[in-house]
Amino acid sequence: MNTSSTADIAFLLLCYFLMTTTMGSQTGLSRRLPPMPDQTQKVEDQKVNRRNIIVVRINSADRILAGSDPIDISQLKDKIKEFLINPTDNPNLPEKEVQDIEGFGPYAVSKGVISLQNDRGTSYQAYIAVQNELVKAINEIRDDFSMRNYNKKFAFLDEEKQDIVKKAIPQNISEAEPKDVAKR
Amino acid sequence: MSKFGGSNNKKEVPAMTSSSLSDIVFMLLFFFMVTTQMRETENKVMVKVPEASEVVKLERKDLNSYINIGTPIPAMQAQYGTDARIQLNDSFKTTDDIRDFIAAERDSKSEADRQFMTVSIRADQDVRMGIVTDVKQELRRCSALKIMYSARKTGN
Repeated sequence: MNTSSTADIAFLLLCYFLMTTTMGSQTGLSRRLPPMPDQTQKVEDQKVNRRNIIVVRINSADRILAGSDPIDISQLKDKIKEFLINPTDNPNLPEKEVQDIEGFGPYAVSKGVISLQNDRGTSYQAYIAVQNELVKAINEIRDDFSMRNYNKKFAFLDEEKQDIVKKAIPQNISEAEPKDVAKR
Repeated sequence: MSKFGGSNNKKEVPAMTSSSLSDIVFMLLFFFMVTTQMRETENKVMVKVPEASEVVKLERKDLNSYINIGTPIPAMQAQYGTDARIQLNDSFKTTDDIRDFIAAERDSKSEADRQFMTVSIRADQDVRMGIVTDVKQELRRCSALKIMYSARKTGN
């Protein structure tokens, strides 16, 4: 059989696939939205102690306010880390609650919650940059924890241990209800 | 001169066999078939997703639905202007259409997989958060709570 045309046919197919498909995998920051509060249910404010919350605000000029002071994005990670770890048991920083984690034992889990608020005019880029810093802070704390206890980075642990680390250092980022400030 | 066969001294280059060519091309073809995925919709908005260093990979591509937000492509700007718009499937939509879109996407997935459905928000880095917030609120209303902010990985 004459096979000289097989190459041409294969080339055609190849070209077809090159045109119609896209390369590369999807990457991104994964989040879980809070469920919509029920209309009938009475909105009861969850009593969260003030010291357990850090509010990160981004205004329409992409400036960041963490807690009560304006901050640069490069400092945000360290601020969040300090907030979540609270190494000196500062009474202004979040309290810790000793929880019994299955497979690990008691560990003082921080009750800190990061609340992220943005303006309608905030640019998406700035928003993602802040989200990224928050995740980075948590990832670094998890890495530290994993190194101390398992001598491995978080990403290299098996699933069971990852769950333990996740329980010890939860990712509590709350995206607050949007506030209508100055429609555009 | 030549070591073998003194009979024909003519130096002759044999014709190149192209039989392996098709194998090579087929190999290339399979490589592309495996590593790429079909482009299901045509982009009508320009999206340059922002960069982030802590991105994670999406586990199940087939359970993903996309919401594109960005400026219409130049060919469409005469008709739709340059303001950021939402694209669902193949056309421009408003936030009110998200409910139907999510319902349709949910129906297309198998029952067991529905809870793992992820909505990927592919927004341009220059859009304002207002429109993204509207989309997020609408998603919460349809209880599609697993979302993903599309981002590129930065090199560091």
